[in-house]
Amino acid sequence: MNISLFDVLGPVMIGPSSSHTAGAAKLARIARIIAQRPFHRVRFGLHGSFAKTGLGHGTRQALLAGAMGLFEDDERLADAQILARQAGLEYEFYEIELEGAHENTAVITFFCDDGKTVQVTGCSVGGGRIKITEIDGLPANIRAESPTLLITQNDRPGVVGAVSGALAQSGLNIAIMRVSRETKGDIANCVIETDGRIEEELVERIRQLPNIRSVRAINV
Amino acid sequence: MYNTIEDLLKLHRCTGEPLHRIILKEEMELSELSEEQVYDRLRERYQVMVASAQKALSQPQKMVLGLIEGQASCQRGHAEGQSICGGFLNELMAMALSCSEVNASMGRICAAPTAGSCGILPAVLLAVGRRYDASEQQILDAMLVAGGFGAVITRNATVSGAEGGCQAECGAAAAMAAAAAVMLAGGSAEMAANACSIALMNVMGLVCDPVAGLVQLPCSFRNASGAVNAVLSADLALAGQDPKIPADQCIDAMYRVGKKLPMELRETALGGIATQPAGKAYADQLRQIAQRAD
Repeated sequence: MNISLFDVLGPVMIGPSSSHTAGAAKLARIARIIAQRPFHRVRFGLHGSFAKTGLGHGTRQALLAGAMGLFEDDERLADAQILARQAGLEYEFYEIELEGAHENTAVITFFCDDGKTVQVTGCSVGGGRIKITEIDGLPANIRAESPTLLITQNDRPGVVGAVSGALAQSGLNIAIMRVSRETKGDIANCVIETDGRIEEELVERIRQLPNIRSVRAINV
Repeated sequence: MYNTIEDLLKLHRCTGEPLHRIILKEEMELSELSEEQVYDRLRERYQVMVASAQKALSQPQKMVLGLIEGQASCQRGHAEGQSICGGFLNELMAMALSCSEVNASMGRICAAPTAGSCGILPAVLLAVGRRYDASEQQILDAMLVAGGFGAVITRNATVSGAEGGCQAECGAAAAMAAAAAVMLAGGSAEMAANACSIALMNVMGLVCDPVAGLVQLPCSFRNASGAVNAVLSADLALAGQDPKIPADQCIDAMYRVGKKLPMELRETALGGIATQPAGKAYADQLRQIAQRAD
């Protein structure tokens, strides 16, 4: 059997829809981790079924709650708008049409306190599972089902080796590793899924390595 | 290793181990968890199920359009008085309705196997557990069997309404709950498989036609009737009824029937009661609310 009991008896979630509510909340929560910096405003572009049937499924509340870091089984999800106002967070929803995108796709833009914006696109693929497909215009493939490291680096020989060395040093096993780049010698993105929790100490160690531009850890 | 209900029955016959032990061991291997950890996770989920099955019994839950608001407390009241089906079945239905109400109102539920069908297994575990004075351990063991059957259905067919209609969601939930009920009643592994067959036969072809696209109607009634389907299928099996068609073949039939269902009858709200005048009127109402929200 390759299907866990806990995929059948679960997830524990806020209703009514695993894809339109739980998946939406997780998508925005992971996007928040990717944005990493404090922000005061967030915009959600809703595509396809997220825009069309989202209202009756609490998709907007779920996205907003996730962006504030609430988990998909948090009963405060339904009160996300109130919580956002209390926290002084500005938010906005708009409809968007994206060619070839999954029916349940959202484009989330964070307006950070340091003046930068971070844009994360992702979709809810069913059963509460998600996929981040784009970060700041660059293609991505992040499912956040196991602890994941997101590293942006200069595309130079030896960087990947140094990173995997740091992981080995902290006794963390790599489950999946994907490196992608736009053009040779430019900037490369590295996604590493691990078998265990990623500690802040390891993140810091990788950050100190040469040619590393940014490191983000998603501990599901 | 099991991938089918027949695999489970064979393992049970060869090793003499009860179904829940076989399923437990496979889960421990798959998830790399200890026995204690598996039971801890089951207990967490069971607690969520109990809470959602009781929450709306006394307090109607608020939701968009409010199509099923107050259904659980209404049925609970009926269960206490004179009724055709008696206290047991009316309580059972009330608990299934409660989960549906909690789900529709953005409350916390445990999908089993889906959010839309989240009332069937909790209602059956609670009602049948009470009737047989089952310990928490026995209920968690029954949950293991429900989960194992659900994993087989997920693997070999589908539990998605968008893919297979309501028979795939509430049908699968009823089949899982029927097997669990047989276990709680002290029936055999074969009887659990037979109950699974019967529950699926009873709803073969059931369509998914949610009014206004919401997980409210007919979902709550299908949860109530799904819970009744589970216990009556369990009782038929416990009486020794032989469904003649093995559970795996019923699962395969359900999958094939689901594939043949037109798109309009698979969670799109484009057919069934959703497109009748009353159903369309609610869809219009929701559209107006949406426009105001923008």
